Amino acid sequence: MKNYDMPIFAVLIALLILAPMAIYPVFLMKVLCFALFALAFNLLIGYVGLLSFGHAMFFGFSAYISAYTVKVWGWPTEIGIIAGTAVAALLGLVAGSLAIRRQGIYFAMVTLALAQMVFFFCLQAPFTGGEDGIQAVPRRPLLGFIDITSDLNFYYVVLAIFAAGFLIIYRAIHSPFGQVLKAIRENEARAISLGYHVDQYKLLAFVLSATLTGLAGSTKAIVFQLASLTDVAWQMSGEAVLMTLVGGMGTVFGPIVGAAIIITMQNYLAGFGEWVLVIQGAIFVLTVLLFRRGVVGEIAALATRLTRRSEPKI
Amino acid sequence: MFDFIVQFLGVSSQALFGQLLIGLINGAFYALLSLGLAVIFGMLNVINFTHGAQYMMGAFGAWMLLHYLGIPYWGALILVPVIIGAFGILLERLLLSRLYHLDHLYGLLLTFGLALILEGLFRKQYGSSGLPYNNPLPGGIHLGFMFLPWYRGWVVLISIVVCLATWFMIEKTKLGSYLRAATENPTLVRAFGINVPRMMTLTYGFGVGLAALAGVLAAPIYSVNPIMGSNLIIVVFAVVVIGGMGSIMGSIVTGFGLGVIEGLTKVFYPEASNTVIFIIMAIVLLIRPAGLFGTPR
Repeated sequence: MKNYDMPIFAVLIALLILAPMAIYPVFLMKVLCFALFALAFNLLIGYVGLLSFGHAMFFGFSAYISAYTVKVWGWPTEIGIIAGTAVAALLGLVAGSLAIRRQGIYFAMVTLALAQMVFFFCLQAPFTGGEDGIQAVPRRPLLGFIDITSDLNFYYVVLAIFAAGFLIIYRAIHSPFGQVLKAIRENEARAISLGYHVDQYKLLAFVLSATLTGLAGSTKAIVFQLASLTDVAWQMSGEAVLMTLVGGMGTVFGPIVGAAIIITMQNYLAGFGEWVLVIQGAIFVLTVLLFRRGVVGEIAALATRLTRRSEPKI
Repeated sequence: MFDFIVQFLGVSSQALFGQLLIGLINGAFYALLSLGLAVIFGMLNVINFTHGAQYMMGAFGAWMLLHYLGIPYWGALILVPVIIGAFGILLERLLLSRLYHLDHLYGLLLTFGLALILEGLFRKQYGSSGLPYNNPLPGGIHLGFMFLPWYRGWVVLISIVVCLATWFMIEKTKLGSYLRAATENPTLVRAFGINVPRMMTLTYGFGVGLAALAGVLAAPIYSVNPIMGSNLIIVVFAVVVIGGMGSIMGSIVTGFGLGVIEGLTKVFYPEASNTVIFIIMAIVLLIRPAGLFGTPR
């Protein structure tokens, strides 16, 4: 079967380059940050079969770090983003080495509990600004010369970050490393018996996922000039799960589609208050019951069925 | 002797025993909820994320019975677990039972979605500031070293009784032996002519009923609040990871024990009182990954 991933990605990037002509750049930046978040999350659930219910800890904590270093310590924007990403990687190493000690359902509960611990830490630690968060983070020129106070300029920077993140994940899942991850997902006992150090592979995938989530979170903090408790709360972890589920777990483009759908929905429903929660819950239930493969997964399945029908019977 | 302990530790006995009591009460809720989770997981292989929402519905159920129908606390204590348990049975029959043939993760995702729906509906209807529920047992007794409010004593007592009754039913009765056998090997038990799907449905209803009972017990202590469930359920998940879900008695002991530890932390190092259970979870994962009462798989 032919692989159309890269042509599709090229078309997607081309469309995203043109998109600001029709769509508000801040909205697009939000979609891209969350798409990267969901892609990083999908690396674990889609390719290693590990359901993390605590990815908000990487997203939110890295947002705090990049917002704090840029605003209070006056670090350059790019260094702030790198700092946030690096701290998320470190946090991923600690949380990951604890969480991979349990499998399946326990893994989800452990990550959720660890994320709640990070949430309480952020609630109490003095540097996070408590309920107010860190507001009015300055957008200083990137690398000293790219003016990112203009939303349009910054949009292209965020697009570049997103594309880089996508390519890193794509490369990872299509490498021998990614094949081993899939083997672990399919049959962990067999992967062990073949001599793979399963825990090391899982930990590396976890750290990679945490790092890219951190990249998304740090970038988001500069885009909205804000890091707050919302970013680190368990509902945020739930949103990453929802986006990936709706788009299609274990598909290359699913998380991007899912993020676009959910963010658009939140935008339109912002005025409905508590109903957003109900609708998100309903989408969860309906997706799990009716189309578990998600939007992209269902389209792919449909395409496979159609091509199979048109092929001559042997 | 109490005076000696108190002087030695440098805190007032009122504070120490007051927090110990609060710890025991929280522990009672942890025990009731983790017990329900363990029973459901053992039978259905589903982690019931809706458990927190069902606990919240229990508290709201007590409030609604009082305000709309004038049914007092003692009636609610019986009625609410039955009503919410029946609601659970409906959920299991209509939704959850469709996912048994799939990966366990889908059950988790489904119940997570249900929890969001329920929490959102109650927030829409009742706001998130919380509603008061009058204490049905006002007053208390001076024990010399502390003041024991009657209601709090009652909560600890009834929780221990319910937990032990559940343990007895599962470990010592014929029905319990069917349940344990079906947990072990459902196909074989079915071959003996026992209706396993119905047992699964009833087990889910029972677990949900336990959560609702905890909710009714909590209503007079905490304000009745739509978000009371989601905050609690994450701690209960940590409790379940620490204890392991293999043993019924393990869940009970871990629940009460962690409640007490949390209460003591509030006295000696209040900054860590929110996180102490998660820290214990991390330590247990390092030393005994299968949990204190779990068996490695």
